[in-house]
Amino acid sequence: MPSRSDTNRTPPSTTPKITLKGVTKHFGPKKVLNGIDLQVGTGESLVVIGGSGTGKSVMLKCILGLLHPDSGSIRVDDAETTKLNPRDREKLQHKFGMLFQGAALFDSLPVWENVAFGLIQGEHMPRAQAKEIAIAKLGAVGLTPDVAELSPSELSGGMQKRVGLARAIADEPEIIFFDEPTTGLDPIMADVINELIVECVKDLGATAVTITHDMASARKIADRVAMIHQGRIIWTGHAKDIDQSGNPYVDQFVNGRADGPIKMQIRAL
Amino acid sequence: MIRHRDSLNHDFHDNDTGRLMGFLAATGRAFLVFLEATGRLAMFTGTALSHCVRPPFYPRQILRQMIDIGFYSLPVVGLTALFTGMVLALQSYSGFSRFQAEGAIATVVALSITRELGPVLGGLMVAGRIGAAMAAEIGTMRVTEQIDALSTLSTNPFKYLIAPRLMAGLAMLPLLVLVADIIGIFGGFLVGVYRLDFNASSYISRTWEFLEPLDVISGLVKAAVFGFLISLMGCYHGYHSKGGAQGVGAATTNAVVSASIMILISNYLITGLFFSTK
Repeated sequence: MPSRSDTNRTPPSTTPKITLKGVTKHFGPKKVLNGIDLQVGTGESLVVIGGSGTGKSVMLKCILGLLHPDSGSIRVDDAETTKLNPRDREKLQHKFGMLFQGAALFDSLPVWENVAFGLIQGEHMPRAQAKEIAIAKLGAVGLTPDVAELSPSELSGGMQKRVGLARAIADEPEIIFFDEPTTGLDPIMADVINELIVECVKDLGATAVTITHDMASARKIADRVAMIHQGRIIWTGHAKDIDQSGNPYVDQFVNGRADGPIKMQIRAL
Repeated sequence: MIRHRDSLNHDFHDNDTGRLMGFLAATGRAFLVFLEATGRLAMFTGTALSHCVRPPFYPRQILRQMIDIGFYSLPVVGLTALFTGMVLALQSYSGFSRFQAEGAIATVVALSITRELGPVLGGLMVAGRIGAAMAAEIGTMRVTEQIDALSTLSTNPFKYLIAPRLMAGLAMLPLLVLVADIIGIFGGFLVGVYRLDFNASSYISRTWEFLEPLDVISGLVKAAVFGFLISLMGCYHGYHSKGGAQGVGAATTNAVVSASIMILISNYLITGLFFSTK
């Protein structure tokens, strides 16, 4: 399977789009992020891999401003984001798009209004114009215009993911986050979604950060891979180097072995 | 032997101190939890209110909530008011006839409905209907990450979800209660005229005779406060729900129970404010 870095694609710029330094976060006595240091270049597609409960989602939510880190710095376009007031934070959100794990579609609204939500509410675009764009975006993720009038609950899991993707790219964000984009999908639909992600990110020229534990997805989407373990980034490297990382943690994870330095937490915390 | 007894006494002493410390610690912990919850609710209320008065507003959402709270609650509230008015007429007849005061029935029905039963029973019915629905809807949105999704789409959840519900609750409950007042008094009229054989026109004139504007106004003020509290509790418990289906279930129960208790307590306080005998 060709990795994304083998395809004909403009090499990502080295200017950092997102920089995390020493980010920590704890919930009660449990330290989830233990000093995350990470850089994502402009136009780069970074995939963060790691087991369940290692802090992947919390890290993503800290960058998105949904959670507030205890300490450390998160810079987007070289501007500190951890101390933004609510108004500036709302402005910053325009740069972000996010595909949630369960798609997180608004079930009180039809599909097209879900896709057009950021345009209508965030950018105050007239509804008719937003609907046109929504239908075009649905087309971009392989859905026909008749889906637009359906309710999200009438769609299959794969279709919901597509709608979620269309919503994430609708207002053409500079940075798109993907939270476990293939979880809960069959392998074929997972591959379709992976292809769509690669295509959409390429078309937009956006920076992408994906968290996943699906290696097939990681290989397909990533320019660069970072591995998170116990709230720290323990390895970063090019996607094509992942099989020769020389890191026993990465090796164990990539090959999906029960034996190795990573011990699965089977007790409730 | 003596030493043995001493050590036993010592043990007793230790046990007593331990028990006392345990009790104090538990009381302190409960008090801290209470303070934390109160503070969290106060901050939530403050944030929600500040978003009610600052743009952008979402008129579609406000309208949707107004229809949900006002229009769709009409049958439930109307039925409650109708039967309450009817029962009130029957009960006061059987009571008042013991001292030949049947003539006061129309007045009693009108005063009880407008001052107390309309707002309180209407409020409790709406708390069951709307408070639960709000907590369940917002709670499900929380656990399925829809609230996070709102934030990522540059939409403040307080402005989009909570402020419209608070405004709609505040505006619609007085209207609902006004309708309930009319239906309730009409219920009393039906029983009075068709079952207890009162003269229709004298029943109506009796209803008006002692009814003062303040009776109705105090009921409507109560209704506005109840509407705000119902929406606040529904939103607060939904917004802070966690842990999947069970969490949403708990949020729903808490929303209804806390809204009902707050209605009963605030009803007493508002009555005290309006009709203090001092």
